[in-house]
Amino acid sequence: MTQPAVELSVDGASVTVPAGATLLRACQAAGVDTPTLCWAENLTPVNACRICVVEVEGARTLVPACSRVAEPGMTVLTDSPRVRLSRKLVVELLGSSVDMSRSAEFSRLVSRYGAQPERFGPKALTVAQPVKLDNELFVRDFARCMLCYKCVEACGTDAQNTFAIALAGRGFEARIATEHDVALPDSACVFCGNCVGVCPTGALVFKTEHALRAAGEWRESEQTVTDTICPYCGVGCTLSLRVQDNTIVRVTSPSDSSVTQGHLCVKGRFGFSFVEHSGQHKP
Amino acid sequence: MLWGSNARETHPIFFHHVLKAVHRGAKLYVVDPRRTSTAAWADGWLPVQVGTDIALANSVAHCILDAGLEHRAFIHRATEGFDAYARTVARYDVDRASRETGVEPGLIRRLAEDYARADRAMICWTLGITEHHNAVDNVLALINLALLTGHVGRWGSGLNPLRGQNNVQGGGDMGALPNKFPGFQDVEDPAVRARFEARWGRPLPARNGWTLTEMFEAMERKALTALYVIGENPAQSEADSQHTLELLRGLEHLVVQDIVLTRTAELADVVLPASASWCEAEGTVTNSERRVQRCRPALSPPGQARDDIAILGELSLRLGYDLATPSPQAAWDELRSLSPMHAGMSYARLEELHGIQWPCPDEQHPGSPFLHARLWSEPLLGPRAPFIPTEQVEPFDTLDASFPLRLTTGRHLESFNTGVQSSAYVWPHPRKTTLDLSPHDAARLGVGEGEQVRVVSRRGAVEAPVRLDARLRPGLAFMSLHFPDQVDTNILTINVTDPKSGTAAFKAAAVRIEKLLQPPDSAGRGVALP
Repeated sequence: MTQPAVELSVDGASVTVPAGATLLRACQAAGVDTPTLCWAENLTPVNACRICVVEVEGARTLVPACSRVAEPGMTVLTDSPRVRLSRKLVVELLGSSVDMSRSAEFSRLVSRYGAQPERFGPKALTVAQPVKLDNELFVRDFARCMLCYKCVEACGTDAQNTFAIALAGRGFEARIATEHDVALPDSACVFCGNCVGVCPTGALVFKTEHALRAAGEWRESEQTVTDTICPYCGVGCTLSLRVQDNTIVRVTSPSDSSVTQGHLCVKGRFGFSFVEHSGQHKP
Repeated sequence: MLWGSNARETHPIFFHHVLKAVHRGAKLYVVDPRRTSTAAWADGWLPVQVGTDIALANSVAHCILDAGLEHRAFIHRATEGFDAYARTVARYDVDRASRETGVEPGLIRRLAEDYARADRAMICWTLGITEHHNAVDNVLALINLALLTGHVGRWGSGLNPLRGQNNVQGGGDMGALPNKFPGFQDVEDPAVRARFEARWGRPLPARNGWTLTEMFEAMERKALTALYVIGENPAQSEADSQHTLELLRGLEHLVVQDIVLTRTAELADVVLPASASWCEAEGTVTNSERRVQRCRPALSPPGQARDDIAILGELSLRLGYDLATPSPQAAWDELRSLSPMHAGMSYARLEELHGIQWPCPDEQHPGSPFLHARLWSEPLLGPRAPFIPTEQVEPFDTLDASFPLRLTTGRHLESFNTGVQSSAYVWPHPRKTTLDLSPHDAARLGVGEGEQVRVVSRRGAVEAPVRLDARLRPGLAFMSLHFPDQVDTNILTINVTDPKSGTAAFKAAAVRIEKLLQPPDSAGRGVALP
């Protein structure tokens, strides 16, 4: 069965994509570098960050490329003054209020769009707040949370279906929270860590990583990443083991894995301590 | 249809795929005595009494035939033994089945119709089907349903036993079975044996070996006196663990090769420290969908721990045969030369395709996402698939006035089997082995949440705290087996095994609950009954 194709123009070049494909995919097909922050290939687009906006001829507003479906004959502009200004402002607003320093993509966008997040002055509101340390597996550093919504989606119907977290509050008070803001161990959380796996800013981070970074001992240049298979049940999830000093410091799964689609359970994500050599582990 | 499977907790990433289908409108039926977190997602939950799966399956077939929904063309062209099967299931009308299984007649009919009418339908099962004294009959009862409806051998339809361990499928594939060489080739087939003998340059035993159960029986009569255990913890994982311990202690020689000092290793004369095969060694595993996948070393093993293949090589040398300790890839290539179903799986292709599902007979073959397509080929290739009628038989450990509660065992999301692997990480929610009771039974027995009680079966007794669980029906109790050092649940379970598979009936023990008159001993360990 061949899908009907859609032909459209992206920055003057003609591209053809399958019916149902998004403008983001059309941009990729045209070789146009389109930034994303809240989009991921294994999650449903939520249009939260607006960094991927493009101009569609005839449309009143800019449209998010990550979710707008390509239509035949569309004329799309990805680098018009309007698009550049909008993307620049998104970067500046985010950069002035959220600690985006762990996002390499964000630093790239600051220079690409000549953004000056500091232009709002030192009195600009920020989401700075203490790190939430309430369990042994991962921490929540909401000073780094840009409300991209990926964690909520991974906890919800896109993967885990546990619904332990959601958006609470409005306006600048909007935040990701458990029900009634309880600590994670008192919530419905099952500690699969799929929220951590999709977080683009380091707001959700494994406790091992958090501790190493806090101690100034996180040394990415010395780390290796090796793909292997989870030692638990028979599903056979691919684990990407990030190792520093012969110790596992982060476990993820490739989002293009047909088995996991990038998601793991608590055993695969966190259940590796039994091979740690520093401590004496006995069953 | 998930039958005897709590996949939400025991196969969580598989269940992600199930939920994707559910969100798209697929119907999910769950057959389980407990209203598990899996059952909570179901369109229909069939709360079957422990050990009445055959009555239920046969009744589903009865309803399908009653409604004329059987796949007559498929039955005619690809199966045999239908008439005898139809006569058997004719005796399992829904009213009888409902009495025996505890499932409402309407629910049995609805499952039967939805299953039979579906374009594509899958039956998945796990230990709720196989950890019974009639395990193979339980499986046959499910296979019969697939044959009756033609839900086998087609994309999206089939029968799927979800494997509980990351390489239990691979162990079988590689011939770690008493009657098979690698690739499921028969040990007792002289032509097959001759090929392996030619390749290995040694005569090979002409008779099948013993199953795990038969090995324990042989220990009992002293016909087996030396045991070499690799990566298993039978001292805690076998049913009726007191008896198992006696047998292991009675061996003349016990060798244990493992990554940690398990309880079984503590009993050993020799412990061979091994590297962790999934992260400290190179090799392959096969998952539940028959996908052979590469494992790669990410860590260096600690201390004197060595790769299994190196240990086996050294051992073999001392026994007079030089394996020359091949590289994992060389060992794999030898396997490919002897096992036709693996022949097309070079390391390079496994890498490129992120694993390949067997059979994969040559390097152009893409692998096989499903089996038994031959049943639909025109004309039929190979033998007809037989209906094998099975009859409902009560669990061996019967309920009576002294042992009135049905105890079933199982697993929790965060833990794994006897906890050798999963006990080492810190799970943020409370975790321990509890005796889970329905609020009704707890009230009747006068015990409350958290109260330490004695659980007594015909084999022995353990002490455990009570946890009230409204998802349990009255008369049904549940325990996990993850913390045998605190509560050795398998003291209670019955080591009566299925004569065909050798699996013990972990899922069905008869117990009674006793209130403790004095405070429990601090260890909380079990005691054997005289």
